[in-house]
Amino acid sequence: MNMAASQIWLIIFFLAIGTFLIRFSFLGLIGDRELPEWVLRHLRYTPVAVLPGLVAPLVLWPAATGGETDPARLLAAFATLTIGYFSKNILAAILGGGATLFVALWWFS
Amino acid sequence: MATSNPKSIYLRGIFDGAPFVLVVVPFSLLFGVVATEAGLPMAQVMGFSILVIAGAAQFTAVQLMSDQAPLMIILATSLAVNLRMAMYSASMTPHLGGAKLWQRALVAYLLVDQSYLMAISHYEKHPKISLSAKLWYFFGVITPVAPAWYISSYIGALVGTAIPPEYALDFGLPITFLAMIAPSLRTVAHIAAALTSVIVALALAWMPYGTGLLVAALAAMIVGAEYERRSERRRA
Repeated sequence: MNMAASQIWLIIFFLAIGTFLIRFSFLGLIGDRELPEWVLRHLRYTPVAVLPGLVAPLVLWPAATGGETDPARLLAAFATLTIGYFSKNILAAILGGGATLFVALWWFS
Repeated sequence: MATSNPKSIYLRGIFDGAPFVLVVVPFSLLFGVVATEAGLPMAQVMGFSILVIAGAAQFTAVQLMSDQAPLMIILATSLAVNLRMAMYSASMTPHLGGAKLWQRALVAYLLVDQSYLMAISHYEKHPKISLSAKLWYFFGVITPVAPAWYISSYIGALVGTAIPPEYALDFGLPITFLAMIAPSLRTVAHIAAALTSVIVALALAWMPYGTGLLVAALAAMIVGAEYERRSERRRA
C-alpha cells in the first residue's frame, strides 16, 4: 500500500467517528420521545429491507471468483436460507450453509 | 417470569449472543488477513476493528485504500455501507431511548448487525420487559461478540497470508447474513420486503458507493409497511 501511516490513521479516525455518529443518531437525538406509528411500521422492516439487498450481489457475483457466478456459493446460499427458514435457528443455518459450501466446492472442483 | 433479575437477563443475553462468536470469528479473522495482505501494520488493523467495529465498512475501506482511492471517496463509501445502522439506531429508539446518555452512547458503539438483530427480536417477543432489562439483555448479547471480534482480527493479522483462498472464508459474510434473514421472514409482508430489497439492489448495483443499497432498503421498507397496512385494513 502506497499510503502514509498518518493518512491511514486519519481514515481510521474519521471512519470511527462517522460510524459512531450514524449509530448514535436516532438513539442520541430522539431519546425517549415517542415515534409516530407510521415510522414504527416502517422500522419493523429494517433488517429484511437492508440485509437481503446487501447479500444478493455478494451471492450472485462473489469477489473471490472475480464476480463470476459460482454454483457452489449459490447452492450454499440456498441451503442456508432453506435451513434458516424452516428451523428458525441461525446457528443451524450457518453450519448447514458452511457444510454445503465445502461439499459443493469439493464436488465442483 | 424466571428471567426478571438483571443477572439472569444478562446471562440470557450472553447465552443468546454466544452462537454469533462462530460467525464473527471467521469474518474478523478474514479482515485481519486481508488488511495485513494489503500492507497494514498490526496497530492499524486493530485500530479498525476496535474503533470502527463494522466489518463491511472495514473491508470496503481497505479495498479502496489498496485501489489508491482519494481520502474523501474512501470515507464516503465506507460510511455509506454503514448507513443501515442509522435505521438500526432508529428502530432501537422506542426501546432504549429512555436510557441515560452514556448508556445510549455505549449501546451506539456496540450496535452491530448481530447485537441489533438479537436484541430487537427479543424486545418484540417480550414487549413488556423494563428498560433496564432491555439494556442488560443488549449488553449480554454483545459481551461474547465484541471480544471475539477484536481477538480474531488480531489472530488474522498474525497469521496473515497463511490461510489459503480454497477455504472460501469470503463466503462467511453472505452465509451469516442469510442465516439471520431467513428466520425473520415471518409474514408475507416480510417476504415482500426482502424480495423488493434483492430486486432493487441488483437492479441498482451500478450506482456508486453503495447508494443503490440505500434506495433498495428504503423501497423495501415502504413495501413491507404498506403491505402490512393494507392487510390490516382488509382484516378490519
